[in-house]
Amino acid sequence: MGNFVELSIAKAINAGIRKSMKDNSKVLVFGEDVAQLGGVFRVTEGLLDEFGAKRVFNSPIAESGIIGTAIGLAMRGFRPVAEIQFDGFIYPAFNQIVSQLAKLTNRSEGFFEMPVVVRVPYGGGIGAVEHHSESPEAYFAHTAGLRVVSPSNANDAYWMIQQAIESRDPVMFFEPKRRYWQKGQVNLDQAALPLHAAQTVRQGSAVTIATYGPMVVTALQAAENAAAEGINIEVIDIRSMSPIDFGHIVESVKRTGRLIVTHEAGTFVSISSEIAAKIAELCFYHLEAPVLRVGGFDVPYPAAKLEELYLPDADRLMEAVDRVLAY
Amino acid sequence: MVQLLSVDGDFIEPKEHAVYGDLVRQLREADFLKFYRDMARIRRFDEEATALQRQGQMGLWVSAIGQEGAQIGSGYGVGPNDHIFPSYREHGVAITHGVDLMSIIKMFRGVNHGGWNPKENRFHLYAIVLGTQALHATGYAMGINFEGLVGTGDPEKDLAVITYFGDGATAEGDVSEAFLFAATNNTPQVFFCQNNQWAISSPVGTQTKVPLYKRGEGFGVPGIRVDGNDVLACYAVTKKHMDDARAGKGPSLIEALTYRIGAHTTSDDPSKYRDPAEVAEWAAKDPLIRFERFLRKQGIGQDFFDEVKTAGDELATELREKTFAMTEPPLELMFDHVYSEPHPLIEEQRAWLQGYEESLGGHTSNVDGDDTPRYGGTH
Repeated sequence: MGNFVELSIAKAINAGIRKSMKDNSKVLVFGEDVAQLGGVFRVTEGLLDEFGAKRVFNSPIAESGIIGTAIGLAMRGFRPVAEIQFDGFIYPAFNQIVSQLAKLTNRSEGFFEMPVVVRVPYGGGIGAVEHHSESPEAYFAHTAGLRVVSPSNANDAYWMIQQAIESRDPVMFFEPKRRYWQKGQVNLDQAALPLHAAQTVRQGSAVTIATYGPMVVTALQAAENAAAEGINIEVIDIRSMSPIDFGHIVESVKRTGRLIVTHEAGTFVSISSEIAAKIAELCFYHLEAPVLRVGGFDVPYPAAKLEELYLPDADRLMEAVDRVLAY
Repeated sequence: MVQLLSVDGDFIEPKEHAVYGDLVRQLREADFLKFYRDMARIRRFDEEATALQRQGQMGLWVSAIGQEGAQIGSGYGVGPNDHIFPSYREHGVAITHGVDLMSIIKMFRGVNHGGWNPKENRFHLYAIVLGTQALHATGYAMGINFEGLVGTGDPEKDLAVITYFGDGATAEGDVSEAFLFAATNNTPQVFFCQNNQWAISSPVGTQTKVPLYKRGEGFGVPGIRVDGNDVLACYAVTKKHMDDARAGKGPSLIEALTYRIGAHTTSDDPSKYRDPAEVAEWAAKDPLIRFERFLRKQGIGQDFFDEVKTAGDELATELREKTFAMTEPPLELMFDHVYSEPHPLIEEQRAWLQGYEESLGGHTSNVDGDDTPRYGGTH
């Protein structure tokens, strides 16, 4: 059912933003180089021509200013979609995101809502120079008042960006940059899921792998490899890192008894830390093994020629599958 | 520097500042009396709040004594529909826009984060992290631009925004970024810097090598310096620049030269870093004394000053009574509005704490005794 088109993740986000801008004249798009150029990844390409310079405009290269003015615009009733050009450039805006954007609704006892979307291309795997490959999502998931999501495929990209823009809360929208060009079928008629619902992307019975964003494809590769060895792996795309749809993960772990959580970020005090702790609490009598985590290392993101060693891949996931099955 | 009142209270009008003198001449006696009443009211409020803090009724008090001229003058220079983005020492500006003084007490008592409705009185919540509000003001002003509510010539439609910050905050990157975004977007906006000479223990020279009114020039935001202890000059300069902003002439910066007579906050001991002679020198330029001299020269009699004194005593009594009658906030305040839409983690933790408190006999908050749906007892 539905009207399907094939789009890359980048084009799907573009189409989703375009739809939101058509539906709601209060939606604004701004950030560094988002107008004529369409952003360094061309995600906002064509929006300036269609919606004009009052709704799609370049900001000065000042990330705190981008988010600070987004907050002021939201107070005035606009719905800003602000782009931070790369993950590693978000830190100048950290104060405005964490102390202002996240807290203003609570501080004002609800007089101000903050329907702001902060788009962030994130993660590694593109051979970039320093500060262009980071996964800072845990900082924001740790912050009360923010919602944190990441699509892993074109259909989710199309729908989740629209749901993020519709949300009355600030949403950190992490875009898996090495998968921007990955194509998929997009159902233009109907969203599959609410913004914060997890989704099982592969059914299995022996082990559950929970992940998000760019690592979903990697987890599916590992599951294919394992299937060749007769190991049946279930893969969950959690899609939302705050809040986390624990009910969905619990249901799976109660069947498989084994959970691996993986992401590109280092594992120390990470999204996988939270999932491991919560699943230990909720599934204690169902677990056949401790929850294992496979992530990047707890080092600064390395020089590009080392990133293959840094990033978890299907083989490293298989190593964890072997370990979790050995209990 | 724009100065329209001599220290002796004479109205002076240098030729180059005639445009500001004209605005003062349009004021009536009732306006002058209102300025004085509010300056005296906010000083008395400040003294009483300091006493309440010393009695343990508030965790902290932030005094604005010495800055009443800058605050009341500029506050009344702001138009009735304009929006104000304050820092945390703008008690005087707050009363020019109808903020209940008890709201400010509540905030420093720790009952809530202010609790007033910024959409209603257009005076936004106090910003504690320095300079952050300058960017919010600029974004808000950009929004006004996008809506076309600038330079229409219709006083019912046109809007401008003013943001307040101190000399210390000018060192924050957010203030510089706000100048830049304001200039490149030609926002209807005034930046009002109260240079009270001290950022806690650091003198203004720690924050800047150039006069602060020149800080915006490189960004394209022209500046002007005004005598911050001259309520009439502060009124006129603010009014002119807000009118210009509303008319589409872009952002500007006003530096009000004033002095923080008291400590940074009640946690501070200025005797450790300040020369008493400097304080005495500025105390002689007190904005209330100067304006009182002006009013007496205008023929305002002792009756008026007696009436203001009595009103201050009544205010002090009222503040004490209302502070002592304040109730504790309900635990819901902690969980409400963390998100605008339901969030499972917050709901889970709220339910857990409610159950835990009930198991111990209930949280001590007294919501029933409150005469308002918001928190902290009587207004």
